[in-house]
Amino acid sequence: MRTTSVRSRRLSVLLAAITLPVPAHAHLVTTGLGPFYDGITHFFVSLEDLLPALALALLAGLQGARAGRYALFCLTIAWFVAGFAAMLRPTEITTPALAAFVLLGFGALAAADRRVPDALVRALAVLFGTVGGYLSASAIAVETELTGLAVLGASVALFAVVALAAAAAVVAKRAPGRIVARVAASWLAAIGLLRLGWWLGNGS
Amino acid sequence: MRDGRKVSVVSDQGLARTRLRALLTYSLQPTAYSLAKRLAGRRLRALLTYSLPPTAYSLLLPALCAPAAAWAHAEPGAASGFLSGLSHPVSGLDHVLAMVAVGLWGAQLGSPAIWQLPVAFPLMMAVGGFLGLIGVPLPGVEIGIALSAVLLGVMVLFEVRPPLAAAIALVAFFAIFHGHAHGTELPAGQSGLTYSIGFVIATGLLHVLGIAIGLLNRWTAGRLVLRGAGALVAAGGAYFLVSAIA
Repeated sequence: MRTTSVRSRRLSVLLAAITLPVPAHAHLVTTGLGPFYDGITHFFVSLEDLLPALALALLAGLQGARAGRYALFCLTIAWFVAGFAAMLRPTEITTPALAAFVLLGFGALAAADRRVPDALVRALAVLFGTVGGYLSASAIAVETELTGLAVLGASVALFAVVALAAAAAVVAKRAPGRIVARVAASWLAAIGLLRLGWWLGNGS
Repeated sequence: MRDGRKVSVVSDQGLARTRLRALLTYSLQPTAYSLAKRLAGRRLRALLTYSLPPTAYSLLLPALCAPAAAWAHAEPGAASGFLSGLSHPVSGLDHVLAMVAVGLWGAQLGSPAIWQLPVAFPLMMAVGGFLGLIGVPLPGVEIGIALSAVLLGVMVLFEVRPPLAAAIALVAFFAIFHGHAHGTELPAGQSGLTYSIGFVIATGLLHVLGIAIGLLNRWTAGRLVLRGAGALVAAGGAYFLVSAIA
């Protein structure tokens, strides 16, 4: 009974730590080429968005072409829709620990190279696309004027990155390609874990 | 052929119908939905009731709900964080010796150890870094780091071939000490994310360097060179071990 209570307490503290909101960072890059290209650049300089997307792409690609294809479209569409939702009703908070936890989870799953049901990969893609897309677009929308073209640009960049990474993982059916994909995923998981520790230790 | 096609079409239609039925049954059926909602509600209530004392909620809930202003600038210290993370693992010779030795030993052991050891090391090093970052103390860190260089050097010197699990366990155990040392020595005011990226990349590249040197193992003379490198690593580790104990 006591063990259960202690476990529940730890779980709730962990959940609270992961979901604890902090002020959003709006790192929009102005390229001078218009909002579409600003959106593309924003995605590439937002490592909190880019790295989990890469990890998810590796995870989906290692599951095969079907899972990779589903993840690609589910993630991009969810990201795009959530970005538009943020344009209409942005939030001022973000959860960096959640991003780190997501990176750790996706990276560890891909590095383990275990069979994951396609439905789960799809669900993860939709979930990450919705939450990640909404928070990412909100971070811009609360500070500057976020246009549909910027959201489209970010979604196109996401599509390109996920398509390339997932395709590389799909064709890597055996060593050494598969090993490279798994090593990359393990590095991403390690980055996620360190980021989580950094956040818990320094609160930034 | 025609029959085969017909059967295929029929089975496709049947499959689509079954999927539609499953979708309607499991996702939209009100009874199932309300049951799931009740279960989730019960679990949530249990979590909230038994997990934390009321005082904690009075502190936690405002923290969770408090809105905050956005910062309209890039994450501070991103570039310096990356460079700092990249240089940190190579800043200490004891770290470098051990990490290169992991690659050397992996190359000696061959597949799958050649890539499993360099995967295990950064991951467990991240665990050690995590512990260091959140302030969990680890006794004898410097001794552990020096000892890792000694043991890994000895393994390379004598071409020891333990079972794969034992090799991974050895490397993973010592990786925690390396990670912890890095975790507690992190500079303030830099981007945690870019620091972590640089840190992991530098560690991985040191392993790759070790593996590249370890490819000499294919030739007889190369094997001797490799064993000599192992002896150097062990000697360097012994020096750091004596310094750490003294």
